Amino acid sequence: MKIGFFVPCYIDAIAPQAAISSFKLLKRLGLNPEFIESATCCGLPMKDMGYAHTACKVESSVASHLAGYDHIVMPSGICADQFRNHFEDLPQTPEIIHIRQSSVDLVTFLHDIIKVDSLPWASFPHRVALHNGCHSLRYLNEARPTELMIEDFSKTADLLNLVDGIEVGYATRHDECCGFGGTFAIWDQSCSGQQGLDKVNDYARNGFKYVTSQDMSCLLHQSCVARKFGLDIKFYYIAEILNGDAN
Amino acid sequence: MSRQVNQVKLGAEFIADTPHRESNDRCLWAARMRRDKVANTLPEWEEMRDLASEIKKNSLSHLDEYLVQFEENLKSRGIIVHWAESADDHNDIVLDILRSHDVSTLTKGKSMTMDECAMREHLEKNGIEVNESDLGERIQQLDNQRDSHIVMPAIHKLRTDVARIFADKLGSDPSNDDPVYLNSVMRADMRKRYVKAQAGMIGCNYAVADTGTVVMCSNEGDVDICATIPPLLIISIGIEKIIPSQKDLPLFLRLLSRSSLGYDITQYTSHISAPAQGQDIHVVLLDNGRSERLGQSYWEILKCMRCGTCMNTCPVFRRTSGISYDANYMGPLGLALMPSYDLHRYARLPFSCTHCGSCGDVCPVKIPLPELIFYWRQVVVENHESLFSHDLEEGLMGMALRNSTDLQHAEKLGLWALRHLPSAITESGMNPWAEWHKNPIPPEKTFREWYKENFSKENDETGNDK
Repeated sequence: MKIGFFVPCYIDAIAPQAAISSFKLLKRLGLNPEFIESATCCGLPMKDMGYAHTACKVESSVASHLAGYDHIVMPSGICADQFRNHFEDLPQTPEIIHIRQSSVDLVTFLHDIIKVDSLPWASFPHRVALHNGCHSLRYLNEARPTELMIEDFSKTADLLNLVDGIEVGYATRHDECCGFGGTFAIWDQSCSGQQGLDKVNDYARNGFKYVTSQDMSCLLHQSCVARKFGLDIKFYYIAEILNGDAN
Repeated sequence: MSRQVNQVKLGAEFIADTPHRESNDRCLWAARMRRDKVANTLPEWEEMRDLASEIKKNSLSHLDEYLVQFEENLKSRGIIVHWAESADDHNDIVLDILRSHDVSTLTKGKSMTMDECAMREHLEKNGIEVNESDLGERIQQLDNQRDSHIVMPAIHKLRTDVARIFADKLGSDPSNDDPVYLNSVMRADMRKRYVKAQAGMIGCNYAVADTGTVVMCSNEGDVDICATIPPLLIISIGIEKIIPSQKDLPLFLRLLSRSSLGYDITQYTSHISAPAQGQDIHVVLLDNGRSERLGQSYWEILKCMRCGTCMNTCPVFRRTSGISYDANYMGPLGLALMPSYDLHRYARLPFSCTHCGSCGDVCPVKIPLPELIFYWRQVVVENHESLFSHDLEEGLMGMALRNSTDLQHAEKLGLWALRHLPSAITESGMNPWAEWHKNPIPPEKTFREWYKENFSKENDETGNDK
């Protein structure tokens, strides 16, 4: 099984720990992920802003580096959603179709493909709030969104519950968006900021000292709001807990 | 050219008003929670959504046939049917009917279709007194403000606001904001108006083709008074409100109130199929761009049955209120629909969205709202309606993300600034992020740097740091 490891642009520079823990975890699980050094960005920011033409250029450029893998694993639900569901403007060659189908968020990869059932090295003896990122939740089906009246499931919680001593909980407003929304946080700082503040206050009211998510972009936003408003909450990307790097 | 709506600016003003923001958010979130609770009691909920979506698709793809069937059935029972191609046509038709009946005062139930045509303003300009009979709508009329929600038009207001407005306009006690008292003020005032009204006007929730029935759902009973007391009744119906058969109706009635307010059913469901003795009923069927929309890639927006649940769940809507959209349809529905009325005026609306996807998952007729909002962003850019700041951002990102070398240069610059410049500069007013956030703590090294140190040349088999 040839596994490519894609590191999203925002994670490389601002939250490298998310990628480091993910990469080490994959290695520890006996896999041999290959870091795709030449790949930079999935095109999501431009696509999200409506610049389909520019996005297309970035998409075809990144696609040229992604050929030949059975799975392209990435520690980012938003990017996985972009690869899987929004590469529709590129010519749908067999290569592009393969990239779309083989791109996968770390959580889906661990839960559905590798089917991880034990993490003996990981311990996190704390109560932690799980924030399922909106894209992972509603576009990648990593957990049941509260809107849908279907059987309950949570791949994220399943993985976290393999960690020794952990107690997984939720904010009162379970899976309400925290307001990051990519470039939305820049265009609409007031609404984004208010959503973020409401979210971190929700954790604080419920006594959470730790928060985890499969979406680092949500966590960056939430942690920067929490620091601005003086809340003492620690935020960990899910792989940091799964690999035993969080403490 | 029309003035562009700046939802972000109007929304920020509402956000800064903490009591109103908190109340708006709390009331609408409560409606969403009630919706989850009642929907969860029906094991067939998701099947119902699928079915409703399919029936709407069927209705819309055979709209011509169903509309003619509906018209014939209405006519056969003496209801007069008018076709309005545009909002202006609609208003002219209504005014003509009212004038031919010498109407100078009327009562009107809530109708988004009439609001879409700005009908009340048109009639008032022409000397006809229009009295809104829905409580929320009446509050908004007295306050001379647009609705903030299609189902709960004054949900953004506090009780104290209502007490002030009623005191100003209806002479009630300004210091008494007890809901029971305020309701009694409204009731006493409206009763006088109902008695005087020479015509009633209402909208329609479902236009049933095979029986020729207008079905109207309401919670206050005001619609039935508008429809039955005066000798003249005018009903405005958007042509997309058609459903094929009476057999389909229970499904929609089961979905509507549960989605919209989280109650099993609306208090009143009125079926109007023939005039009472001595009554004239006119039905105005409004197109106003609907048949044009039907042929577009965003046609699914026509499935909408105006329940407002997408607004209740939208995290942006709840915090900024429907007022900030300055539009007839607001929230996710507004984002996906208003640009088709006036692209320039509503060009910024599709960007007032975090793409959380919640609206699509609550929609009882499964309109792919997130996809439609995404679609409109592209249309805005293609038609050169995007903001300069967005164009600039896109240009800079395009440069930085061209390849891994350029990205690393951009990263180095950004990280250098975070590490070495004082926060007085990096978190100054120049940085839009800094109003609500601290800057991210810069890491010691990027992933690329960490990878090069650890794995680049000789592959470390253990996967641990050196």
